[in-house]
Amino acid sequence: MSKNTETSAAGGVAGDLRLVNVTKRFGDFAAVKDLTLTIPQGSFFALLGASGCGKTTTLRMVSGLEEPTNGRVLIGDHDITRLRPYKRPVNTVFQNYALFPHLTIQDNIAFGLKRRGVKDVKKPVQDMLDLIELSHIGARKPNQLSGGQQQRVALGRALINRPQVLLLDEPLGALDLKLRRQMQIELKRIQTEVGLTFVHVTHDQEEAMTMADTIAVMNLGRIEQLGSPTDLYENPKTTFVANFLGQSNLLPGKASGTVGEHLQVTLEDGSRVLIPAARNHASGDEVIVGVRPEKMSIHASVDEVPDGRNVLTGGVVTDTSFVGVSTQYVVKAAVCDELGVFVQNDGAQIFRPGSDVVVSWDPSQGFGLDGKQDIEAGAEADLEAAS
Amino acid sequence: MAVVNWFRKHLIAIVAFLIFFFLLVPNFVVVWMSFNKPSGKYNVKWEKFSLDAWKNPLDDGILHDPLMLSLEIALLATLVATILGTMIAFAIVRHSFKGRGFVNSVLFLPMAAPEIVMGTTLLALFLNTFGVDFLGFKSILIAHIMFCVSYVVITVKSRLNGMDPMLEKAAQDLYATPWQTFWRVTFPLVAPGIGAAALLSFALSFDDFIITEMTAGNSVTFPYWIWNAVQKGIPPQVNVIGSLMLIITLAGIAVAEVPKWLKTSKAR
Amino acid sequence: MSAPTLADEAAEALAAGTTVAELRADKRVRRRRATLPYLLLAPGIAWLVVFFIVPMWSIVSTSVETGDMDTGFVLSWRWANFGDVWSQWHQQIIRSLEYSVMCTVFCLILALPLAYFIAFKAGRWKNLLMALVVAPFFTSYLIRTLAWKTILADDGWVVHTMNTLHITPLLSGMGWTYSDNSVLQTPFSVVCGMVYNFLPFTVLPIYTAMEKIDPRLHEAGQDLYASAWATFRKVTFPLALPGIVGGTLLTFIPAVGDYTNAVMLGGPKTKVIGTVIEQQMIGTGGNIPYGAALSVLLMVGTLVITLAYIKRAGTEEIV
Repeated sequence: MSKNTETSAAGGVAGDLRLVNVTKRFGDFAAVKDLTLTIPQGSFFALLGASGCGKTTTLRMVSGLEEPTNGRVLIGDHDITRLRPYKRPVNTVFQNYALFPHLTIQDNIAFGLKRRGVKDVKKPVQDMLDLIELSHIGARKPNQLSGGQQQRVALGRALINRPQVLLLDEPLGALDLKLRRQMQIELKRIQTEVGLTFVHVTHDQEEAMTMADTIAVMNLGRIEQLGSPTDLYENPKTTFVANFLGQSNLLPGKASGTVGEHLQVTLEDGSRVLIPAARNHASGDEVIVGVRPEKMSIHASVDEVPDGRNVLTGGVVTDTSFVGVSTQYVVKAAVCDELGVFVQNDGAQIFRPGSDVVVSWDPSQGFGLDGKQDIEAGAEADLEAAS
Repeated sequence: MAVVNWFRKHLIAIVAFLIFFFLLVPNFVVVWMSFNKPSGKYNVKWEKFSLDAWKNPLDDGILHDPLMLSLEIALLATLVATILGTMIAFAIVRHSFKGRGFVNSVLFLPMAAPEIVMGTTLLALFLNTFGVDFLGFKSILIAHIMFCVSYVVITVKSRLNGMDPMLEKAAQDLYATPWQTFWRVTFPLVAPGIGAAALLSFALSFDDFIITEMTAGNSVTFPYWIWNAVQKGIPPQVNVIGSLMLIITLAGIAVAEVPKWLKTSKAR
Repeated sequence: MSAPTLADEAAEALAAGTTVAELRADKRVRRRRATLPYLLLAPGIAWLVVFFIVPMWSIVSTSVETGDMDTGFVLSWRWANFGDVWSQWHQQIIRSLEYSVMCTVFCLILALPLAYFIAFKAGRWKNLLMALVVAPFFTSYLIRTLAWKTILADDGWVVHTMNTLHITPLLSGMGWTYSDNSVLQTPFSVVCGMVYNFLPFTVLPIYTAMEKIDPRLHEAGQDLYASAWATFRKVTFPLALPGIVGGTLLTFIPAVGDYTNAVMLGGPKTKVIGTVIEQQMIGTGGNIPYGAALSVLLMVGTLVITLAYIKRAGTEEIV
């Protein structure tokens, strides 16, 4: 370790954050399995998954609060795998904030600077207080602040050290909805402004998609899929990702030929639908056709369906929910008992339960998944994400 | 390098282990020396192994009276102190009343005071009020109850604080009268704390020396007997009694902790 | 407030929509509930007041008496008793203070790592380890203190090692022991016994305070560039301070009056004030008013320090 990195923890070599073949075992249980990941410098990266998927453990291995059983952690060329947390140019915003109750806000924020030997902390602390908009209450103690204010202090306390990587461990979980939305935008703004690498761990998929440039969906210690929010959402590669991010209608079937750039799939009830060949991730004949509920349209009869769309006939509405922005239908069809169809409330006709309907979608909006996967994977996790 | 790292990582554990060693070694010496056969009056140096002391733990009956006196007083003092202390603990935790500061201070002071001061002040009280003939069983008992109460209060209080007060509210919601609520919900949950308090009180009383010496007059408890015997020479039987006390205590801890430990291991 | 007339009661009952009888019953119940805490407190607190607080007055009055057991005591308001005891035994008083300070300092040095380990590193063994710290307590402390006579014996293994490592000459050079190859009957052995006896009193309050600290604060400290030692200094220690102060108090004050260690492990040169009080109060040829005067000095010192502590710390957390 060069002198450079010891005296000025936040200085030193810049670079991408890399995890190489990282495994973490607790006794027999492997929380993280052979993870390899590169997070580009200056990006806003999200680790998304349900509890127990290994995302927090991965975060802790980057911060140094856990050591990997195997594998390496690097920033640029600097191997930090065996470094103690206080020697790493990495800071964490903790889930419960972990503010020091015996210190004022100012002293909390100045803590890291003082430990690194910075002499004059008054100006940096005041600047940070301005940035997080708490300039007037610096002399208070944490227990005199609201949850939202505490969260900002936790952020300021970490940011002021200009770490090469800032880790956020579900920092917005304790905030109410409106405040959470506000903070999401704030965090994104700050990250763009300061240009640091942010790694955000969350189980809230909306949060991940709002803030992150890149998302890694984790399940059982591994990464299921990595990509931009749009990629992951529109073009999931596994049933887990399809179910975990938003909702998907998954219809099992068999490949039955190609039509131009589309693959034709015959579903269990004999209906034939088309999916773009570029969006097909099945390796063999068995294909699960996936369509997001908001991509589907609902019609009273086949005649009302425009040309060129995939059609499923013989549906009956079993549930109609008014959610303000949209109406969410559950349709029982031959291929699937619970087809979800979300229709924007733009004044179109509302179908009551019991109505006979026809469902359709634009073929380019569908995707194909490998038929051997578990069709339910990631579905119960949805309950968590929705909370 | 790996060895050095192991040391650094476990430094605190090593230090703690050494301190534990410091705390427990005298106990082992007590047990060890109980198997000694001293040639003289003093049982300080190891000479040879013998079970004589164990076969004759009361030293031909010499230790009988002091032990009995200590036991009697300890049992009675425990009984009274536990009742008084438990009542106080309930009042403090479950009720509101005026004079909390006074009550807390009065409970704290005996724990912080030097024992000799507590002993001499009581001696003065007894001499001034009743005269020297009052000193004996009664005066020792009064003193023991006095200094045990505070410890009972702390122990029961801590157990009571750990109990969800909503449980009592839930019982009342389900038609239990205050009397039933107390006996069916509160008491079973607090009982381990009361048990621990009683044990603590018993130990404090049985083992007490300084206050007892001041208020004992001519009566001799077990610790007082030991004190008097220090100059004359202490027989290994005293070590036997000490070892028995240690074994009983450790057994008690095992009985209390092992089931809990087994439960948490299974649950993992 | 005079008793309400029937007319008042009727008006109240009417306003509440019930009968006078029900109203009276209701008030009886509420009065009973309000007096319950006092009923629970009374016996125990009365016991403490009568047998702990009142005796304080007894000892003060005894300290200004003259006389002895045979001729009887007379309250002669002899304040000179205090001057007498100071001039005769101030050396022992100061010695007791010295020993207590040493004992407290070493108890703190040992208690902090021990409490830290059990609170933060012991996981599910916490309760068992605390029980082990307290367990020796439950066997006669006089016997255990005597065991130190065996451990620190001149020809024992411990003293042998100390001699080989040249520790004993060092100690005698500092005045803690009196010869270069033995440690019994010296301030060293006395303080050793005291530390051994009082350590649990120091550990318990410190452990209680440390146990309440959120371990994630340690992680935050390390995350913010504080080494393990810096985290302890800047995070753990300040947060455990109330317990540390409490533990210091509960060690120092009882130690000042202790004499069992000084007698059993010490010698004629280590006489402490506790021994003097013992001899004066119940020894043959003792002067009880003198013993009382010394007790009063000790008692006043205790009260001053303890009440200052209570004032500072508040009364809620101390018991």
